[in-house]
Amino acid sequence: MEVQSSETLSISESEDIVLVRQAVRKKAVGLGFNLVDQTKIVTATSELARNTLEYGGGGTILIQTVQNGRRGGLRLTFEDQGPGIADVALALKDGYTTGNGMGLGLSGAKRLSDEFEIETAPGKGTRVSILRWRSA
Amino acid sequence: MERIPILKMGEFLLVSIQVDMHDRLALTLQDDLTAGIVKHRARGVMIDISALEMVDSFIGRMLSNIANMARLLDAQTVVVGMQPSVAITLVELGLPMRGIPTALDVEKGIALLDAAIRGASGNGSAVL
Amino acid sequence: MLSTSSRLPEILKNHREALLKEWISLQLAAIGRRTNAATEQSLKTDSSDFLTYFADAAKADGFTNLQGEKWNALRDFLNNLSSSRAKEGFTPTETASFIFSLKQPLFMRFRAEIGDPNALTEEIWNTTLVLDTLGLFTTEAFQRTREETISRQQQELLELSTPVVRLWENVLALPLIGTLDSGRTQVVMQNLLEAIVATRSDIAIIDITGVPTVDTLVAQHLLKTVAAARLMGADCIISGIRPQIAQTIIHLGVDLSEVTTKATMADAFQVALSRAGMTITRSDLRPTK
Repeated sequence: MEVQSSETLSISESEDIVLVRQAVRKKAVGLGFNLVDQTKIVTATSELARNTLEYGGGGTILIQTVQNGRRGGLRLTFEDQGPGIADVALALKDGYTTGNGMGLGLSGAKRLSDEFEIETAPGKGTRVSILRWRSA
Repeated sequence: MERIPILKMGEFLLVSIQVDMHDRLALTLQDDLTAGIVKHRARGVMIDISALEMVDSFIGRMLSNIANMARLLDAQTVVVGMQPSVAITLVELGLPMRGIPTALDVEKGIALLDAAIRGASGNGSAVL
Repeated sequence: MLSTSSRLPEILKNHREALLKEWISLQLAAIGRRTNAATEQSLKTDSSDFLTYFADAAKADGFTNLQGEKWNALRDFLNNLSSSRAKEGFTPTETASFIFSLKQPLFMRFRAEIGDPNALTEEIWNTTLVLDTLGLFTTEAFQRTREETISRQQQELLELSTPVVRLWENVLALPLIGTLDSGRTQVVMQNLLEAIVATRSDIAIIDITGVPTVDTLVAQHLLKTVAAARLMGADCIISGIRPQIAQTIIHLGVDLSEVTTKATMADAFQVALSRAGMTITRSDLRPTK
């Protein structure tokens, strides 16, 4: 898999979530994503960006366009230096209906993406990476 | 500060969300609508989201909150015009959005509110 | 491969008629009872054309490079031949045999005309190589045509089996036919949701009478579609659930409790009409006098 372009944006206030959504939408459109795929990745972006802001105390998003053979895709990496997540399994298990907590954004974003990776530990911050391929 | 305009239509309040809302704007809308229901003694609230290309869990929660608060104030809510790709994404996201009546467009939304209110003035609110 | 002293071009030219006659009768014998006047005629034309192209190319170029320019005419001819044979329902073997069957009459000619055993062996060997390559070429061309046909048919089938029908004002029906795979189901469901918006229909009937089996993925897609339609303000009714499918759904643990289901599309249509607040009454028929 090769990276074709990279862009880093900062997430430090509420308005940034909108800016980041718009940037991701633009990239997805440029890659030729269909409308449903665009909506899914933009929604996942919104969830994760909000997490980065609210629970991570602010951070960055790295937007990369990637290519794997003939398939094009969009990879987004959200990083913060916040408190980190103690129990990732639990955070991922929580669906929306169980109320507040990290689970809201994380499990949803995972469902909306083709690939999902998370690196986190208490006191070590959090890095979440999602990838969506362009549908054939 | 920027606000989303709320229109009064007889006993109903109509909101049409045209912009990509940031969180604070959404919270302001929530407050404005609640205040508006009280001030105008509105019986119904219609939220038109046909221009929204994305609804995430925050906006979903906002809509739920509005519906719940309206119900407490004896007003009916209906959300209209959700786009197919938004609906598909919300289902995938796992957002149930239960308890919020929906309609395809403004016209059907008004018909729904009318029916609900007529029913409510009988023996309690209509089941939607 | 073919040296300039090859006798092939000369033999092809001088003994053309005899070669053609023997070759054609061999082919007809191979096809046997499927022969009719039309087949015979096209066979004669094809064989004659082949010999002409073959002779021209061999003379101009020898057999050094079958992909080369001098062989274009022959390759095009074989492509077309293979294509039409594929469409007419011939097997790839039958099509390749068209070329292979030329060996016998040709080699008999070689034996008659070439005295020197070494020269004879060389001619037969070189010619064999060429004819084999040409035979394989027709097989590949044949396969390509078949694949294009299958792909086109699949596309047509897909389009045919996913129509969205407007049954009545506000009522849509989606009669699904054939096996559903995950990818196709997603596309079909998206089309339904878009049709709901376009026609402003509150009710959509998804009929699965024509679906032989339903697996977990497909059942989930169906449920997701129903949920999405509801978020948009429309209701879905699933009809045509056959006993076997009902059993599968229960076994899979899929929860259909929130979805209205009916055994037949007719039942579903009745429900749809009554939900839309409509009733059907019979008008009085007065006999005309």
